Amino acid sequence: MHRLLRHYGLGLTTAFMLMAAFWLLALVILPDVIMVIYSLRPFLPVADLGGPKDVYTLGNYATFFVSWIHIKVFLLTVLISCIVTALCLILAYPVAYFMAKTISAPAASTLFVLLLVPMLVSELLRAFAWKIILDYKGALNGLLGVDVRWLVSYNGVIVGLVYTYILFMVLPVYNAVQSLDSNQIEAARDLGASRWTTHRRIVIPHAKPGIAAGCVMVFMLSAGSILVPNLLESPNSRWFTQVIQQWFFESQDWHTGSAYAFLLLALCLGFVALMLVLFGVRLSQMGK
Amino acid sequence: MSEDVEISNVTMDFGKFRAVDNVDVTVKAGEFFSFLGPSGCGKTTILRMISGFTEPSAGTIRIGGKNMKGIGPNLRPTALIFQNLALFPLMPVWENIAFGLEVRGVPKGERRSRAEELLRLVDLPGAADKRVSQMSGGQRQRVAIARALAVEPKVMLLDEPLSALDLKLRQHMRGELRAIQRRTNVTFIYITHDQGEALAMSDRVAVMSQGMLQQVGTPTDIYNSPANGFVASFVGENNVFPGIVTGMSNGMARFRTAQGTFAARPGPKVGHHAHARLYVRPEHVRLEAAPNAELNSIPVEVLEVAFEGNVVHVHTRDARDGTQIVQIRNDLGLMLPSPGERLHFNFPADRAVILHDAAPASRV
Repeated sequence: MHRLLRHYGLGLTTAFMLMAAFWLLALVILPDVIMVIYSLRPFLPVADLGGPKDVYTLGNYATFFVSWIHIKVFLLTVLISCIVTALCLILAYPVAYFMAKTISAPAASTLFVLLLVPMLVSELLRAFAWKIILDYKGALNGLLGVDVRWLVSYNGVIVGLVYTYILFMVLPVYNAVQSLDSNQIEAARDLGASRWTTHRRIVIPHAKPGIAAGCVMVFMLSAGSILVPNLLESPNSRWFTQVIQQWFFESQDWHTGSAYAFLLLALCLGFVALMLVLFGVRLSQMGK
Repeated sequence: MSEDVEISNVTMDFGKFRAVDNVDVTVKAGEFFSFLGPSGCGKTTILRMISGFTEPSAGTIRIGGKNMKGIGPNLRPTALIFQNLALFPLMPVWENIAFGLEVRGVPKGERRSRAEELLRLVDLPGAADKRVSQMSGGQRQRVAIARALAVEPKVMLLDEPLSALDLKLRQHMRGELRAIQRRTNVTFIYITHDQGEALAMSDRVAVMSQGMLQQVGTPTDIYNSPANGFVASFVGENNVFPGIVTGMSNGMARFRTAQGTFAARPGPKVGHHAHARLYVRPEHVRLEAAPNAELNSIPVEVLEVAFEGNVVHVHTRDARDGTQIVQIRNDLGLMLPSPGERLHFNFPADRAVILHDAAPASRV
């Protein structure tokens, strides 16, 4: 604070502080507080607002726990997000290892740029691109000369989410693997370990915090994604965010919608916490 | 048990850079063999080729008579001790040591008892469950040795493992390494840039420069009969006088320098009319009041006297402004010269050797 004042003077410091405070208060905290209040009050006809029925209640949250279909959608969302996370890890780990330990640093930065190029295109366009590729009359079928319905079940959603979020896996895993002393890999090999054993016993344990960070990010982003499930859906691929969207925009019930949004957040955080405990990763390690 | 390592005409190129140039040497089974040279001389590359992390561009490496071409580092009968040791920080000490056994499928109980046995061998009983981060530098060293010994290698490769230790510990570990090598009778190949280390521990030493072997021999050979100027100046100190051979008789050469003409032993390939340098060790020179008819002699003036405890180094200057160094043992009744004193720099012919510089490198 003192250093800020010394460097920028009173006027600029106040301006910085006010901007940061505005961002936090008006754009993050306030909307969330409003959502919490919404979620704790019942959805009523306008005439009853402020009346005796307008009380604080957990009823909106209870709605979720008594509707089996919503629980099922939530569980499927978690399951498919886990599959997406696993696929991202399986695809990203070799790439990250290759960039961190096999090729030279300049080559790795070139590869990074190439990996970042798709990020220049908006998520919307990328999801559409996959729709064009995977559609019944789409590019893939045309190329292969077959008629396969690719967009059934959660296929499209999985492909789209993996494609959209894989970089969030590559970067932390790359970071973690890169910090491993290459001599450790060679020492393991020299002592007779196969490549697979070297990864299992040396590289992966070292990279575990990075892997965990990547998994948490991909999982949370996938479970919270709305765009990809909307664009690459099939008749039976329901995503929990779509349920929330329906409460908000189809039922016009912002109260239950808010409750569902917080439930998604809380349950996903709980699931992630459970997984971190199970795999023995401490939160403090992930920051490294 | 141990096996010999046969390095036949091995060359290693990295792009346009020739790191190892036609090295040909056989390390005998059970021998403590050192590669000595400045950094960048190719010694580490040789080690990596023996352990299998890099394949030579040309030539072959045989261990126990078996060609190692195409055999991965995990399948070679070698164990490498890294310069930074490369212990596994996430495993306790005993798992580090037993890692080689673990990957060979040895059951856990047996691994544990073998690890404890090895810890006793390296004088660290009771350290099995400690973390690597709890160990001191010297202890880590021993863990690394135990880990390498656990896989019962035929050949142990050591890449300057003592360089990170402080002086006292380094000297102590020299003795330990030598003792462990004798006890286990494994072939040790040791890489170092420290001539003291190489001379003190090795049965034989290979001196390297610019990717080429300069000389292979026992520590005494290397020090007393260096093959060329590089070896002479890399191993130990010298007084050097450039000049030309003006005559040969009875195996001794006449050598004309700016300081005078001296009698000296001709080194390898030094013949009549050769332009070369004369090398004489500081401890082989006597500083005397008068020239000695039986010795080579240069009149000098004492510049500086450096008392170093067991020895005294006297720096001198001759009439041509060349400087010399003389080492005197700190004996009882030692009379130290004082700066400004005019004395004679006398050295016997059989302690002076005329050498060519290192063999010129063949570049790619």
